[in-house]
Amino acid sequence: MTDNRKLIGLAVFLLAVFVVVPWLIAVTGRKDFYYTLTSVALLSIASAGVWMTFYIGRINMGQGAFALMGAYVAAILITQYGVSFWWTIPLSGLFCVLASLVIGLPILRLRGVYFAMVSLVLTEVTRLLSLALPITGGAKGITNIPLPGAISLFGITLVPDFATLENPRIAFYYVAVTLMVLAFAAMYRLVNSRIGHICMSLQQNEELASSIGVNIVHLRLIAFGISSFLGGVSGSVFAVVTQSVYPSSFTVTDSVNFMLNCFLGGLAYVFGPMLGTLTLYFGWNLLFETGEFQLLIYSTAMIVLMLILPNGLLSLGENRRKG
Amino acid sequence: MSSILEVRGLTKKFGGLTAVNDVTFDVREKEILSVIGPNGAGKSTLFKLISSFLTPTEGEVRYKGERISGLAPHIAARKGVVRTFQETTIFRNMTVRDNIIVAHHLRSKASLAGFFLGTAVARADERAFGESADEILSFLNLSDLSGEKAKNLPHGHLRALGIGIGLATDPAVLLLDEPFAGMNHDETGKAVAMVRRLRERGLTVLLVEHDMPAVMKISDRIVVINFGQKIAEGTPAEIQANERVIEAYLGAEDESIGM
Ligand SMILES: Nc1ncnc2c1ncn2[C@@H]1O[C@H](COP(=O)(O)OP(=O)(O)OP(=O)(O)O)[C@@H](O)[C@H]1O
Ligand SMILES: [Mg+2]
Repeated sequence: MTDNRKLIGLAVFLLAVFVVVPWLIAVTGRKDFYYTLTSVALLSIASAGVWMTFYIGRINMGQGAFALMGAYVAAILITQYGVSFWWTIPLSGLFCVLASLVIGLPILRLRGVYFAMVSLVLTEVTRLLSLALPITGGAKGITNIPLPGAISLFGITLVPDFATLENPRIAFYYVAVTLMVLAFAAMYRLVNSRIGHICMSLQQNEELASSIGVNIVHLRLIAFGISSFLGGVSGSVFAVVTQSVYPSSFTVTDSVNFMLNCFLGGLAYVFGPMLGTLTLYFGWNLLFETGEFQLLIYSTAMIVLMLILPNGLLSLGENRRKG
Repeated sequence: MSSILEVRGLTKKFGGLTAVNDVTFDVREKEILSVIGPNGAGKSTLFKLISSFLTPTEGEVRYKGERISGLAPHIAARKGVVRTFQETTIFRNMTVRDNIIVAHHLRSKASLAGFFLGTAVARADERAFGESADEILSFLNLSDLSGEKAKNLPHGHLRALGIGIGLATDPAVLLLDEPFAGMNHDETGKAVAMVRRLRERGLTVLLVEHDMPAVMKISDRIVVINFGQKIAEGTPAEIQANERVIEAYLGAEDESIGM
């Protein structure tokens, strides 16, 4: 794709999420969509992290753990230490980076199914920890998290106090979508820079990568750290949007879904996780009408999709371009 | 001529099996030294020990007087000792050119963050890597294939690409494990000429190879390994006349060591 077409694509996308969607919602009066789309945006940030670990050749089913950690860090910082919501976004991310370094050092040595399994267990361990630790409030979780305050710079209010807004859901939508755009822009840059190539070399052959002088241990930690940062950011905003966090806020199912989002969108495409999250989230909700058959139809559709489109939804465009 | 590598009493045991047994020899600067021996003799293991992919059970390897055994492979590579693989090991889903570009890793002056932010240093690096990659590709006669996915290359070119990846790291010592395997006569001839040109570029080349005519033609010196032990060392002429070598290869055809 030429640079021009990329720029146009970006402009269209920004226009769609910041202008067209809010306008459509206003016209149709479906205000509930704000919450749905906020969730999609936040979940796609966490999925982008999982995609990053796929990029170095690891199947990561531990993202639920980091989203949960991020959610608790934000909730605790806000309710117990009075930290501003805006600060808790990067702080939750950084907490998860630190955790991912400690956890990643031993487990990133594992590959394939073994890494996948251990990371899945990590999600469950984190849930159990949040049940057991005194600071996380056990099964009752942490509730009544206050809405975000204002952001002012030199006395000018840039973002109003959410509590003063008529509909804070709209404001949350803008926050989530902005974070999503930032996250994917950073990922795009990363993948298309030399770092992306080095990660790719790791995915293809770790032995060969180390023979050309790549410190593979170091690089795996960087990728896992980025992934966990995104998980933490996603979780922290989620906690504040829902004003609560429970041990069940992010579970094994979420970890699996983050991974499926990546598969569905396409592992070869940076924007795959975004499309995958949107499709899965809406697909699941649409099937709600089918009642007890929801899971059955959903799973069957997933299997069929993966058989027909093993390289994800975005590979559709690729095939067409190749003719 | 001084020694660039000193291999001293190198031993590697895998459980009860001694794959490399008390091997000692020197590698001189800018020579082409071949390691030969029957299948399973321990040649690849020896190369992995030298390039620090394996840690020796006993003994050590010194590079320019400094012990490199026991370091991580990427550190040995940074110091200048780089191996290629016996199997055609390449980055399959990258283009030929990207394979070479990414292998310039050790030459980068910019940090990873620098590459992310696209700093001036990073952009200069990227330009330099591109130019150097094109130079390596034309050196290996791969220029025409530069945009091709590596996995689509024919076998002979894959070997060349593997060597190109090694070259991109700008090594002082390059260890080639069976670079001529699976090549026909013509391809081998070209590859031999290419290895000679590596030396002209200032590299020291270590070679494991089963193609005896090629080995005899190309090598300054040869080390012969059998059952993990060094049984002979010398010029091609000396090796061809060596009793123990002939004995080790008995059962195989005589011409298999080029006589
Ligand atoms: N990682 C390992 N674990 C256990 N045994 C090994 C390992 N690597 C090699 N060996 C054994 O060590 C011996 C030497 O193997 P090596 O690959 O070094 O032989 P080689 O001389 O390169 O053979 P070839 O000419 O077939 O490539 C063999 O018996 C092999 O089975
Ligand atoms: Mg071998």
